[in-house]
Amino acid sequence: MAKYAILIYEDQARYATMSPEAWGALVDAHSTFVKQVFELGGSLAGGEALAATTTATTIKGAGTVTDGPFVETKEALGGFYVVEARDLDHAVEIAKLCPAPFGGVEVRPVVDPTTNPF
Amino acid sequence: MQADAVAAALAQAHRSEWAFVLSATVRVAGDLDVAEECAQEAYVSALQAWTRDGVPERPGAWLTTAARNKALDRLRREVTLRRKLPLLVEPATVDPHDPADLDWPDAAVPDDRLRLVFTCCHPTLAPEARVALTLRLVCGVPTPDVARAFLVSEPTMAARITRAKKKISEARIPYRVPGRAELPERLDSVLTAVHLLFSTGHTAGEGDALVREELCDRALHLARTLAALLPEQAETRGLLGLLLLTDARRATRTDEQGRLLLLADQDRTRWDQRAILEGLTVTAGALASGPPGRFTLQAAIAGVHAMAPSLEQTDWPRVVHLYDRLLAVWNTPVVALNRAAAVAFADGPAAALPLLDELATEPRLADYPYLPATRADLLRRLGDAAGAAQSYRRAMELTANAAERAFLEQRLAEVSRAAGAEPAPG
Repeated sequence: MAKYAILIYEDQARYATMSPEAWGALVDAHSTFVKQVFELGGSLAGGEALAATTTATTIKGAGTVTDGPFVETKEALGGFYVVEARDLDHAVEIAKLCPAPFGGVEVRPVVDPTTNPF
Repeated sequence: MQADAVAAALAQAHRSEWAFVLSATVRVAGDLDVAEECAQEAYVSALQAWTRDGVPERPGAWLTTAARNKALDRLRREVTLRRKLPLLVEPATVDPHDPADLDWPDAAVPDDRLRLVFTCCHPTLAPEARVALTLRLVCGVPTPDVARAFLVSEPTMAARITRAKKKISEARIPYRVPGRAELPERLDSVLTAVHLLFSTGHTAGEGDALVREELCDRALHLARTLAALLPEQAETRGLLGLLLLTDARRATRTDEQGRLLLLADQDRTRWDQRAILEGLTVTAGALASGPPGRFTLQAAIAGVHAMAPSLEQTDWPRVVHLYDRLLAVWNTPVVALNRAAAVAFADGPAAALPLLDELATEPRLADYPYLPATRADLLRRLGDAAGAAQSYRRAMELTANAAERAFLEQRLAEVSRAAGAEPAPG
Protein backbone atom coordinates (compact mmCIF):
# COMPACT_ATOMS: atom_id res chain seq x y z
CA MET A 1 0.00 0.00 0.00
CA ALA A 2 1.10 3.54 -0.70
CA LYS A 3 -0.11 6.89 0.54
CA TYR A 4 -1.81 9.37 -1.74
CA ALA A 5 -3.14 12.85 -0.97
CA ILE A 6 -6.50 13.71 -2.47
CA LEU A 7 -6.54 17.49 -2.78
CA ILE A 8 -9.96 19.09 -3.18
CA TYR A 9 -10.06 22.17 -5.41
CA GLU A 10 -13.36 24.00 -5.63
CA ASP A 11 -14.94 27.34 -6.39
CA GLN A 12 -15.24 28.75 -2.90
CA ALA A 13 -17.79 31.40 -3.87
CA ARG A 14 -20.28 28.56 -4.31
CA TYR A 15 -19.88 27.56 -0.67
CA ALA A 16 -20.60 31.11 0.50
CA THR A 17 -24.03 31.06 -1.13
CA MET A 18 -24.95 27.52 -0.13
CA SER A 19 -28.21 26.70 1.72
CA PRO A 20 -27.93 24.97 5.13
CA GLU A 21 -29.64 21.88 3.62
CA ALA A 22 -27.09 21.70 0.80
CA TRP A 23 -24.28 22.06 3.35
CA GLY A 24 -25.73 19.25 5.43
CA ALA A 25 -25.99 17.04 2.34
CA LEU A 26 -22.35 17.72 1.51
CA VAL A 27 -21.21 16.81 5.03
CA ASP A 28 -23.18 13.55 4.68
CA ALA A 29 -21.54 12.93 1.31
CA HIS A 30 -18.11 13.21 2.92
CA SER A 31 -19.13 10.75 5.67
CA THR A 32 -20.27 8.34 2.97
CA PHE A 33 -16.99 8.81 1.11
CA VAL A 34 -14.97 7.91 4.20
CA LYS A 35 -16.94 4.66 4.49
CA GLN A 36 -16.42 3.96 0.79
CA VAL A 37 -12.65 4.32 1.11
CA PHE A 38 -12.63 1.28 3.41
CA GLU A 39 -15.21 -0.61 1.35
CA LEU A 40 -12.92 -0.27 -1.67
CA GLY A 41 -10.06 -1.83 0.27
CA GLY A 42 -8.24 1.41 1.01
CA SER A 43 -7.80 3.17 4.29
CA LEU A 44 -7.78 6.72 5.55
CA ALA A 45 -4.57 8.19 6.96
CA GLY A 46 -5.79 11.73 7.52
CA GLY A 47 -7.64 14.68 6.10
CA GLU A 48 -9.00 18.09 6.98
CA ALA A 49 -11.34 20.74 5.65
CA LEU A 50 -9.78 24.20 5.31
CA ALA A 51 -11.32 27.61 6.01
CA ALA A 52 -11.92 30.03 3.12
CA THR A 53 -8.91 31.45 1.27
CA THR A 54 -10.02 34.91 2.52
CA THR A 55 -8.69 33.82 5.93
CA ALA A 56 -5.32 32.75 4.53
CA THR A 57 -1.99 34.40 5.25
CA THR A 58 0.96 33.96 2.92
CA ILE A 59 4.63 34.24 3.79
CA LYS A 60 6.97 34.45 0.80
CA GLY A 61 10.69 34.69 0.34
CA ALA A 62 12.40 36.65 3.11
CA GLY A 63 9.47 36.58 5.46
CA THR A 64 7.16 39.03 3.69
CA VAL A 65 3.73 38.44 5.15
CA THR A 66 0.70 39.15 2.99
CA ASP A 67 -3.04 38.63 3.25
CA GLY A 68 -4.57 35.95 1.05
CA PRO A 69 -3.66 32.56 -0.46
CA PHE A 70 -0.30 31.71 -2.09
CA VAL A 71 -1.89 31.68 -5.54
CA GLU A 72 -5.13 33.50 -6.27
CA THR A 73 -7.34 31.16 -8.29
CA LYS A 74 -11.07 30.70 -8.79
CA GLU A 75 -10.84 27.09 -7.69
CA ALA A 76 -8.74 26.88 -4.55
CA LEU A 77 -7.54 24.14 -2.25
CA GLY A 78 -10.36 23.70 0.23
CA GLY A 79 -9.50 20.43 1.92
CA PHE A 80 -7.67 17.15 1.59
CA TYR A 81 -7.62 13.48 2.47
CA VAL A 82 -4.64 11.19 2.79
CA VAL A 83 -5.55 7.66 1.77
CA GLU A 84 -3.68 4.39 1.55
CA ALA A 85 -4.15 2.59 -1.75
CA ARG A 86 -2.54 -0.30 -3.62
CA ASP A 87 -1.47 1.71 -6.64
CA LEU A 88 -2.48 4.71 -8.72
CA ASP A 89 -5.40 2.84 -10.30
CA HIS A 90 -6.78 2.11 -6.84
CA ALA A 91 -6.16 5.67 -5.64
CA VAL A 92 -7.96 7.09 -8.68
CA GLU A 93 -10.85 4.68 -8.15
CA ILE A 94 -11.17 6.02 -4.59
CA ALA A 95 -10.66 9.67 -5.53
CA LYS A 96 -13.42 9.48 -8.14
CA LEU A 97 -15.87 9.08 -5.24
CA CYS A 98 -14.57 12.06 -3.27
CA PRO A 99 -17.24 14.80 -3.15
CA ALA A 100 -16.17 17.98 -4.98
CA PRO A 101 -19.37 19.37 -6.49
CA PHE A 102 -17.89 22.79 -7.33
CA GLY A 103 -14.59 21.69 -8.80
CA GLY A 104 -12.51 18.55 -8.74
CA VAL A 105 -9.77 16.67 -6.95
CA GLU A 106 -6.08 16.11 -7.58
CA VAL A 107 -4.34 12.87 -6.61
CA ARG A 108 -0.69 13.17 -5.55
CA PRO A 109 1.58 10.43 -4.25
CA VAL A 110 2.92 11.06 -0.75
CA VAL A 111 6.69 10.50 -0.65
CA ASP A 112 9.23 9.37 1.85
CA PRO A 113 11.40 12.50 2.30
CA THR A 114 14.54 10.65 3.44
CA THR A 115 15.59 10.40 -0.23
CA ASN A 116 15.02 13.27 -2.64
CA PRO A 117 12.20 12.13 -4.92
CA PHE A 118 12.72 15.00 -7.39
CA MET B 1 28.78 -16.57 -39.60
CA GLN B 2 28.55 -13.76 -42.14
CA ALA B 3 28.55 -10.38 -40.43
CA ASP B 4 25.75 -8.98 -42.56
CA ALA B 5 23.59 -12.07 -41.99
CA VAL B 6 23.99 -11.58 -38.23
CA ALA B 7 23.26 -7.87 -38.53
CA ALA B 8 20.12 -8.63 -40.53
CA ALA B 9 18.96 -11.23 -37.99
CA LEU B 10 19.63 -8.76 -35.21
CA ALA B 11 17.71 -5.97 -36.95
CA GLN B 12 14.83 -8.36 -37.52
CA ALA B 13 14.94 -9.45 -33.86
CA HIS B 14 14.91 -5.82 -32.82
CA ARG B 15 11.83 -5.04 -34.92
CA SER B 16 9.82 -8.08 -33.93
CA GLU B 17 11.10 -9.08 -30.48
CA TRP B 18 12.06 -5.85 -28.72
CA ALA B 19 8.77 -5.49 -26.83
CA PHE B 20 8.93 -9.15 -25.83
CA VAL B 21 12.51 -8.87 -24.53
CA LEU B 22 11.98 -5.59 -22.69
CA SER B 23 8.65 -6.47 -21.11
CA ALA B 24 9.98 -9.77 -19.76
CA THR B 25 13.06 -8.00 -18.38
CA VAL B 26 11.00 -5.34 -16.63
CA ARG B 27 9.57 -8.05 -14.40
CA VAL B 28 13.05 -8.99 -13.20
CA ALA B 29 14.56 -5.51 -13.06
CA GLY B 30 11.52 -3.87 -11.47
CA ASP B 31 12.56 -0.64 -13.15
CA LEU B 32 11.90 0.57 -16.69
CA ASP B 33 15.26 2.32 -17.20
CA VAL B 34 17.31 -0.59 -15.91
CA ALA B 35 15.28 -3.03 -18.00
CA GLU B 36 15.84 -0.88 -21.09
CA GLU B 37 19.59 -0.79 -20.52
CA CYS B 38 19.72 -4.55 -19.96
CA ALA B 39 17.71 -5.22 -23.11
CA GLN B 40 20.01 -2.95 -25.10
CA GLU B 41 23.08 -4.71 -23.67
CA ALA B 42 21.56 -8.06 -24.65
CA TYR B 43 21.29 -6.93 -28.27
CA VAL B 44 24.90 -5.74 -28.16
CA SER B 45 26.19 -9.04 -26.77
CA ALA B 46 24.07 -10.92 -29.32
CA LEU B 47 26.13 -9.40 -32.13
CA GLN B 48 29.26 -11.04 -30.78
CA ALA B 49 27.71 -14.32 -29.68
CA TRP B 50 25.71 -14.86 -32.85
CA THR B 51 28.72 -14.09 -35.05
CA ARG B 52 30.66 -16.73 -33.11
CA ASP B 53 27.96 -19.39 -32.63
CA GLY B 54 25.41 -18.59 -35.31
CA VAL B 55 21.92 -17.13 -34.97
CA PRO B 56 19.95 -19.12 -32.37
CA GLU B 57 16.78 -20.89 -33.35
CA ARG B 58 14.64 -18.59 -31.22
CA PRO B 59 16.39 -15.21 -31.17
CA GLY B 60 13.70 -13.66 -28.97
CA ALA B 61 14.15 -16.28 -26.25
CA TRP B 62 17.95 -15.94 -26.45
CA LEU B 63 17.75 -12.16 -26.08
CA THR B 64 15.21 -12.37 -23.24
CA THR B 65 17.39 -14.79 -21.28
CA ALA B 66 20.44 -12.60 -21.84
CA ALA B 67 18.63 -9.42 -20.81
CA ARG B 68 17.11 -11.01 -17.73
CA ASN B 69 20.47 -12.40 -16.65
CA LYS B 70 21.97 -8.94 -16.98
CA ALA B 71 19.17 -7.56 -14.83
CA LEU B 72 19.76 -10.24 -12.19
CA ASP B 73 23.49 -9.52 -12.18
CA ARG B 74 22.79 -5.88 -11.61
CA LEU B 75 20.37 -6.57 -8.80
CA ARG B 76 23.02 -8.68 -7.08
CA ARG B 77 25.72 -6.08 -7.62
CA GLU B 78 23.92 -2.82 -7.04
CA VAL B 79 22.30 -2.60 -3.64
CA THR B 80 21.29 0.97 -4.47
CA LEU B 81 18.86 -0.35 -7.03
CA ARG B 82 16.88 -2.07 -4.35
CA ARG B 83 16.59 1.16 -2.43
CA LYS B 84 15.04 2.84 -5.45
CA LEU B 85 11.30 2.81 -5.66
CA PRO B 86 10.61 -0.38 -7.58
CA LEU B 87 8.12 -0.56 -10.40
CA LEU B 88 4.85 -1.94 -9.19
CA VAL B 89 4.98 -5.35 -10.84
CA GLU B 90 1.99 -7.48 -10.00
CA PRO B 91 2.14 -11.24 -10.44
CA ALA B 92 -1.49 -11.73 -11.39
CA THR B 93 -4.32 -9.61 -12.68
CA VAL B 94 -7.23 -11.61 -11.36
CA ASP B 95 -9.51 -9.57 -9.13
CA PRO B 96 -11.08 -12.06 -6.71
CA HIS B 97 -13.98 -9.65 -6.13
CA ASP B 98 -14.86 -9.54 -9.81
CA PRO B 99 -16.63 -12.74 -10.90
CA ALA B 100 -16.09 -11.84 -14.55
CA ASP B 101 -12.34 -12.04 -13.97
CA LEU B 102 -12.50 -15.66 -13.00
CA ASP B 103 -13.32 -16.84 -16.51
CA TRP B 104 -10.71 -14.53 -17.99
CA PRO B 105 -8.52 -16.97 -19.90
CA ASP B 106 -4.84 -16.99 -18.94
CA ALA B 107 -5.52 -14.25 -16.42
CA ALA B 108 -2.55 -15.31 -14.36
CA VAL B 109 -0.09 -15.24 -17.24
CA PRO B 110 -0.99 -12.52 -19.73
CA ASP B 111 1.70 -11.70 -22.25
CA ASP B 112 4.24 -9.33 -20.73
CA ARG B 113 4.02 -7.18 -23.84
CA LEU B 114 0.45 -6.37 -22.86
CA ARG B 115 1.55 -5.21 -19.42
CA LEU B 116 4.10 -2.96 -21.09
CA VAL B 117 1.68 -1.45 -23.58
CA PHE B 118 -1.07 -0.90 -20.98
CA THR B 119 1.45 0.78 -18.70
CA CYS B 120 2.75 3.04 -21.49
CA CYS B 121 -0.81 4.03 -22.45
CA HIS B 122 -2.09 4.50 -18.91
CA PRO B 123 -4.88 7.11 -18.88
CA THR B 124 -3.16 9.06 -16.09
CA LEU B 125 -0.31 9.88 -18.50
CA ALA B 126 -0.62 12.76 -20.98
CA PRO B 127 -1.77 11.53 -24.42
CA GLU B 128 1.42 12.76 -26.14
CA ALA B 129 3.48 10.97 -23.48
CA ARG B 130 1.56 7.72 -24.10
CA VAL B 131 2.41 7.74 -27.79
CA ALA B 132 6.05 8.67 -27.14
CA LEU B 133 6.47 5.99 -24.47
CA THR B 134 4.86 3.38 -26.71
CA LEU B 135 7.30 4.18 -29.51
CA ARG B 136 10.27 4.31 -27.18
CA LEU B 137 9.54 1.30 -24.97
CA VAL B 138 7.22 -0.99 -26.91
CA CYS B 139 8.78 -0.41 -30.34
CA GLY B 140 12.32 0.29 -29.11
CA VAL B 141 12.66 3.41 -31.28
CA PRO B 142 15.60 5.60 -30.15
CA THR B 143 14.61 8.92 -28.56
CA PRO B 144 16.09 11.09 -31.39
CA ASP B 145 13.87 9.25 -33.89
CA VAL B 146 10.82 9.60 -31.64
CA ALA B 147 11.55 13.34 -31.45
CA ARG B 148 11.84 13.58 -35.24
CA ALA B 149 8.58 11.71 -35.72
CA PHE B 150 6.70 14.23 -33.61
CA LEU B 151 8.62 17.27 -34.86
CA VAL B 152 9.94 18.29 -31.45
CA SER B 153 13.54 18.76 -30.34
CA GLU B 154 15.42 15.83 -28.88
CA PRO B 155 15.76 17.38 -25.39
CA THR B 156 12.02 18.09 -25.34
CA MET B 157 11.20 14.50 -26.24
CA ALA B 158 13.79 13.11 -23.81
CA ALA B 159 12.27 15.23 -21.02
CA ARG B 160 8.76 14.09 -21.95
CA ILE B 161 9.76 10.42 -21.83
CA THR B 162 11.73 10.81 -18.60
CA ARG B 163 8.85 12.60 -16.91
CA ALA B 164 6.38 9.90 -17.92
CA LYS B 165 8.68 7.12 -16.69
CA LYS B 166 9.12 8.95 -13.41
CA LYS B 167 5.40 9.26 -12.96
CA ILE B 168 5.01 5.53 -13.60
CA SER B 169 7.33 4.66 -10.73
CA GLU B 170 6.66 7.55 -8.30
CA ALA B 171 2.88 7.59 -8.58
CA ARG B 172 2.90 3.77 -8.75
CA ILE B 173 1.18 3.13 -12.04
CA PRO B 174 0.94 -0.66 -11.90
CA TYR B 175 2.72 -2.81 -14.49
CA ARG B 176 -0.25 -4.98 -15.28
CA VAL B 177 -3.06 -5.73 -17.65
CA PRO B 178 -6.32 -4.24 -16.35
CA GLY B 179 -9.06 -6.53 -15.08
CA ARG B 180 -11.94 -7.40 -17.32
CA ALA B 181 -14.27 -4.69 -16.00
CA GLU B 182 -11.92 -1.84 -16.86
CA LEU B 183 -10.38 -3.47 -19.92
CA PRO B 184 -12.54 -1.89 -22.65
CA GLU B 185 -11.93 1.65 -21.39
CA ARG B 186 -8.23 1.06 -20.86
CA LEU B 187 -7.92 -0.68 -24.21
CA ASP B 188 -9.42 2.37 -25.88
CA SER B 189 -6.52 4.44 -24.57
CA VAL B 190 -4.05 1.91 -26.04
CA LEU B 191 -5.81 1.74 -29.40
CA THR B 192 -6.04 5.53 -29.55
CA ALA B 193 -2.28 5.79 -29.02
CA VAL B 194 -1.58 3.27 -31.78
CA HIS B 195 -4.00 5.05 -34.09
CA LEU B 196 -2.33 8.39 -33.35
CA LEU B 197 1.02 6.80 -34.12
CA PHE B 198 -0.31 5.68 -37.48
CA SER B 199 -2.00 9.02 -38.26
CA THR B 200 1.20 10.90 -37.49
CA GLY B 201 2.94 8.74 -40.07
CA HIS B 202 0.08 8.85 -42.54
CA THR B 203 -0.49 12.62 -42.56
CA ALA B 204 1.20 13.82 -45.70
CA GLY B 205 3.60 16.67 -46.10
CA GLU B 206 4.99 17.05 -42.60
CA GLY B 207 8.40 15.76 -41.70
CA ASP B 208 10.68 13.16 -43.21
CA ALA B 209 8.89 10.68 -45.51
CA LEU B 210 10.99 7.72 -44.35
CA VAL B 211 10.35 8.44 -40.68
CA ARG B 212 6.64 8.62 -41.47
CA GLU B 213 6.61 5.29 -43.32
CA GLU B 214 8.42 3.74 -40.37
CA LEU B 215 5.71 5.08 -38.03
CA CYS B 216 2.96 3.52 -40.13
CA ASP B 217 4.79 0.19 -40.15
CA ARG B 218 5.34 0.31 -36.38
CA ALA B 219 1.68 1.14 -35.77
CA LEU B 220 0.56 -1.70 -38.05
CA HIS B 221 2.85 -4.12 -36.27
CA LEU B 222 1.47 -3.00 -32.90
CA ALA B 223 -2.11 -3.34 -34.11
CA ARG B 224 -1.33 -6.86 -35.32
CA THR B 225 0.22 -7.76 -31.98
CA LEU B 226 -2.77 -6.41 -30.05
CA ALA B 227 -5.24 -8.25 -32.30
CA ALA B 228 -3.26 -11.46 -31.77
CA LEU B 229 -2.96 -11.03 -27.99
CA LEU B 230 -6.52 -9.81 -27.32
CA PRO B 231 -8.59 -11.42 -30.09
CA GLU B 232 -11.74 -11.49 -27.93
CA GLN B 233 -11.67 -7.69 -27.83
CA ALA B 234 -13.20 -6.94 -31.24
CA GLU B 235 -11.90 -3.38 -31.27
CA THR B 236 -8.31 -4.65 -31.58
CA ARG B 237 -9.33 -6.21 -34.88
CA GLY B 238 -11.32 -3.10 -35.76
CA LEU B 239 -8.17 -1.00 -35.39
CA LEU B 240 -6.09 -3.47 -37.40
CA GLY B 241 -8.72 -3.43 -40.15
CA LEU B 242 -8.82 0.37 -40.14
CA LEU B 243 -5.05 0.69 -40.38
CA LEU B 244 -4.77 -1.94 -43.14
CA LEU B 245 -7.52 -0.35 -45.22
CA THR B 246 -6.09 3.14 -44.76
CA ASP B 247 -2.54 2.00 -45.37
CA ALA B 248 -3.61 0.29 -48.61
CA ARG B 249 -3.91 3.83 -50.02
CA ARG B 250 -0.43 4.90 -48.86
CA ALA B 251 1.10 5.01 -52.35
CA THR B 252 -1.66 7.24 -53.69
CA ARG B 253 -2.02 9.76 -50.83
CA THR B 254 0.23 12.29 -52.59
CA ASP B 255 1.39 12.89 -56.16
CA GLU B 256 5.04 12.93 -57.34
CA GLN B 257 5.47 16.45 -55.96
CA GLY B 258 4.24 15.41 -52.54
CA ARG B 259 0.93 17.20 -53.02
CA LEU B 260 -2.09 15.80 -51.27
CA LEU B 261 -4.47 13.76 -53.40
CA LEU B 262 -8.09 13.48 -52.32
CA LEU B 263 -9.95 10.21 -52.52
CA ALA B 264 -11.54 11.45 -55.76
CA ASP B 265 -8.16 11.94 -57.45
CA GLN B 266 -6.38 8.82 -56.22
CA ASP B 267 -5.48 6.12 -58.73
CA ARG B 268 -7.45 3.24 -57.25
CA THR B 269 -5.61 0.68 -59.38
CA ARG B 270 -2.53 1.42 -57.29
CA TRP B 271 -4.23 0.62 -53.99
CA ASP B 272 -2.66 -2.36 -52.26
CA GLN B 273 -5.18 -5.13 -52.97
CA ARG B 274 -3.58 -7.57 -50.55
CA ALA B 275 -3.87 -5.10 -47.67
CA ILE B 276 -7.46 -4.36 -48.68
CA LEU B 277 -8.38 -8.04 -48.73
CA GLU B 278 -6.83 -8.62 -45.33
CA GLY B 279 -8.37 -5.42 -43.96
CA LEU B 280 -11.84 -6.40 -45.16
CA THR B 281 -11.52 -9.89 -43.69
CA VAL B 282 -10.33 -8.61 -40.32
CA THR B 283 -13.04 -5.94 -40.25
CA ALA B 284 -15.78 -8.41 -41.15
CA GLY B 285 -14.65 -10.57 -38.24
CA ALA B 286 -14.78 -7.60 -35.86
CA LEU B 287 -18.24 -6.59 -37.12
CA ALA B 288 -19.52 -10.11 -36.52
CA SER B 289 -18.39 -10.06 -32.86
CA GLY B 290 -21.25 -8.03 -31.42
CA PRO B 291 -22.04 -4.31 -31.26
CA PRO B 292 -19.16 -2.59 -33.08
CA GLY B 293 -17.01 0.06 -31.42
CA ARG B 294 -15.59 3.19 -33.00
CA PHE B 295 -12.51 1.62 -34.59
CA THR B 296 -14.53 -1.22 -36.11
CA LEU B 297 -17.06 1.24 -37.55
CA GLN B 298 -14.31 3.44 -38.99
CA ALA B 299 -12.78 0.31 -40.50
CA ALA B 300 -16.16 -0.56 -42.03
CA ILE B 301 -16.34 2.91 -43.60
CA ALA B 302 -12.78 2.57 -44.94
CA GLY B 303 -13.89 -0.83 -46.28
CA VAL B 304 -16.76 0.67 -48.30
CA HIS B 305 -14.28 3.10 -49.90
CA ALA B 306 -11.78 0.33 -50.54
CA MET B 307 -14.36 -1.72 -52.44
CA ALA B 308 -15.72 1.15 -54.54
CA PRO B 309 -14.49 1.33 -58.16
CA SER B 310 -14.69 5.14 -58.06
CA LEU B 311 -15.78 8.00 -55.83
CA GLU B 312 -19.12 8.26 -57.69
CA GLN B 313 -19.77 4.53 -57.52
CA THR B 314 -19.21 4.43 -53.76
CA ASP B 315 -22.12 3.09 -51.69
CA TRP B 316 -22.69 6.50 -50.08
CA PRO B 317 -25.98 5.60 -48.32
CA ARG B 318 -24.07 2.80 -46.59
CA VAL B 319 -21.30 5.24 -45.62
CA VAL B 320 -23.89 7.62 -44.13
CA HIS B 321 -25.52 4.73 -42.28
CA LEU B 322 -22.14 3.70 -40.82
CA TYR B 323 -21.45 7.29 -39.78
CA ASP B 324 -24.85 7.35 -38.01
CA ARG B 325 -23.80 4.29 -36.05
CA LEU B 326 -20.37 5.79 -35.39
CA LEU B 327 -21.97 8.97 -34.02
CA ALA B 328 -24.04 6.82 -31.66
CA VAL B 329 -20.91 5.37 -30.02
CA TRP B 330 -18.49 8.26 -30.58
CA ASN B 331 -20.24 11.59 -30.80
CA THR B 332 -17.58 14.12 -31.81
CA PRO B 333 -17.87 17.15 -34.09
CA VAL B 334 -15.22 15.71 -36.42
CA VAL B 335 -17.31 12.57 -36.95
CA ALA B 336 -20.36 14.76 -37.55
CA LEU B 337 -18.37 16.73 -40.14
CA ASN B 338 -17.29 13.56 -41.92
CA ARG B 339 -20.87 12.38 -41.91
CA ALA B 340 -21.96 15.68 -43.49
CA ALA B 341 -19.38 15.17 -46.25
CA ALA B 342 -20.84 11.70 -46.89
CA VAL B 343 -24.38 13.12 -46.95
CA ALA B 344 -23.20 15.53 -49.67
CA PHE B 345 -22.41 12.54 -51.87
CA ALA B 346 -25.46 10.49 -50.91
CA ASP B 347 -28.08 13.27 -51.15
CA GLY B 348 -26.28 16.12 -52.90
CA PRO B 349 -24.25 19.11 -51.62
CA ALA B 350 -27.37 21.16 -50.88
CA ALA B 351 -28.53 18.58 -48.33
CA ALA B 352 -25.24 18.80 -46.46
CA LEU B 353 -24.93 22.59 -46.18
CA PRO B 354 -27.41 22.92 -43.26
CA LEU B 355 -25.40 20.25 -41.39
CA LEU B 356 -22.27 22.36 -41.79
CA ASP B 357 -24.16 25.43 -40.57
CA GLU B 358 -24.94 23.57 -37.36
CA LEU B 359 -21.29 22.63 -36.93
CA ALA B 360 -20.14 26.21 -37.52
CA THR B 361 -21.14 27.10 -33.95
CA GLU B 362 -19.16 24.18 -32.49
CA PRO B 363 -16.25 25.70 -30.54
CA ARG B 364 -14.13 22.55 -30.93
CA LEU B 365 -14.15 23.05 -34.71
CA ALA B 366 -13.36 26.79 -34.59
CA ASP B 367 -9.76 26.23 -35.78
CA TYR B 368 -10.38 23.05 -37.74
CA PRO B 369 -9.34 23.58 -41.39
CA TYR B 370 -11.48 20.71 -42.71
CA LEU B 371 -14.70 22.52 -41.79
CA PRO B 372 -14.17 25.49 -44.19
CA ALA B 373 -12.47 23.11 -46.65
CA THR B 374 -15.59 20.91 -46.73
CA ARG B 375 -17.86 23.93 -47.06
CA ALA B 376 -15.70 25.23 -49.90
CA ASP B 377 -15.99 21.92 -51.69
CA LEU B 378 -19.80 21.86 -51.35
CA LEU B 379 -20.12 25.46 -52.61
CA ARG B 380 -17.80 24.69 -55.51
CA ARG B 381 -19.95 21.74 -56.51
CA LEU B 382 -23.07 23.92 -56.22
CA GLY B 383 -21.47 26.48 -58.57
CA ASP B 384 -21.04 29.20 -55.92
CA ALA B 385 -17.47 30.14 -56.91
CA ALA B 386 -17.27 33.28 -54.78
CA GLY B 387 -18.50 31.51 -51.63
CA ALA B 388 -16.16 28.59 -52.30
CA ALA B 389 -13.17 30.94 -52.72
CA GLN B 390 -13.91 32.59 -49.40
CA SER B 391 -14.03 29.23 -47.60
CA TYR B 392 -10.85 27.97 -49.32
CA ARG B 393 -9.05 31.07 -48.05
CA ARG B 394 -10.29 30.44 -44.52
CA ALA B 395 -9.14 26.80 -44.68
CA MET B 396 -5.71 27.91 -45.92
CA GLU B 397 -5.35 30.22 -42.93
CA LEU B 398 -5.99 27.33 -40.58
CA THR B 399 -3.92 24.49 -42.01
CA ALA B 400 -0.33 23.91 -40.90
CA ASN B 401 0.27 21.15 -43.43
CA ALA B 402 2.21 22.18 -46.56
CA ALA B 403 0.67 19.50 -48.80
CA GLU B 404 -2.82 20.48 -47.72
CA ARG B 405 -2.16 24.17 -48.23
CA ALA B 406 -0.84 23.50 -51.74
CA PHE B 407 -4.00 21.55 -52.50
CA LEU B 408 -6.28 24.32 -51.21
CA GLU B 409 -4.33 26.92 -53.17
CA GLN B 410 -4.85 24.95 -56.36
CA ARG B 411 -8.59 24.65 -55.71
CA LEU B 412 -8.80 28.35 -54.88
CA ALA B 413 -7.15 29.18 -58.21
CA GLU B 414 -9.68 26.95 -60.03
CA VAL B 415 -12.77 28.51 -58.47
CA SER B 416 -11.31 32.00 -58.83
CA ARG B 417 -10.88 31.36 -62.56
CA ALA B 418 -14.43 30.02 -62.69
CA ALA B 419 -15.67 33.20 -61.04
CA GLY B 420 -13.82 35.17 -63.70
CA ALA B 421 -11.61 36.85 -61.15
CA GLU B 422 -7.89 36.90 -60.57
CA PRO B 423 -6.82 34.57 -57.80
CA ALA B 424 -6.63 36.60 -54.63
CA PRO B 425 -3.31 36.58 -52.82
CA GLY B 426 -3.22 33.76 -50.25
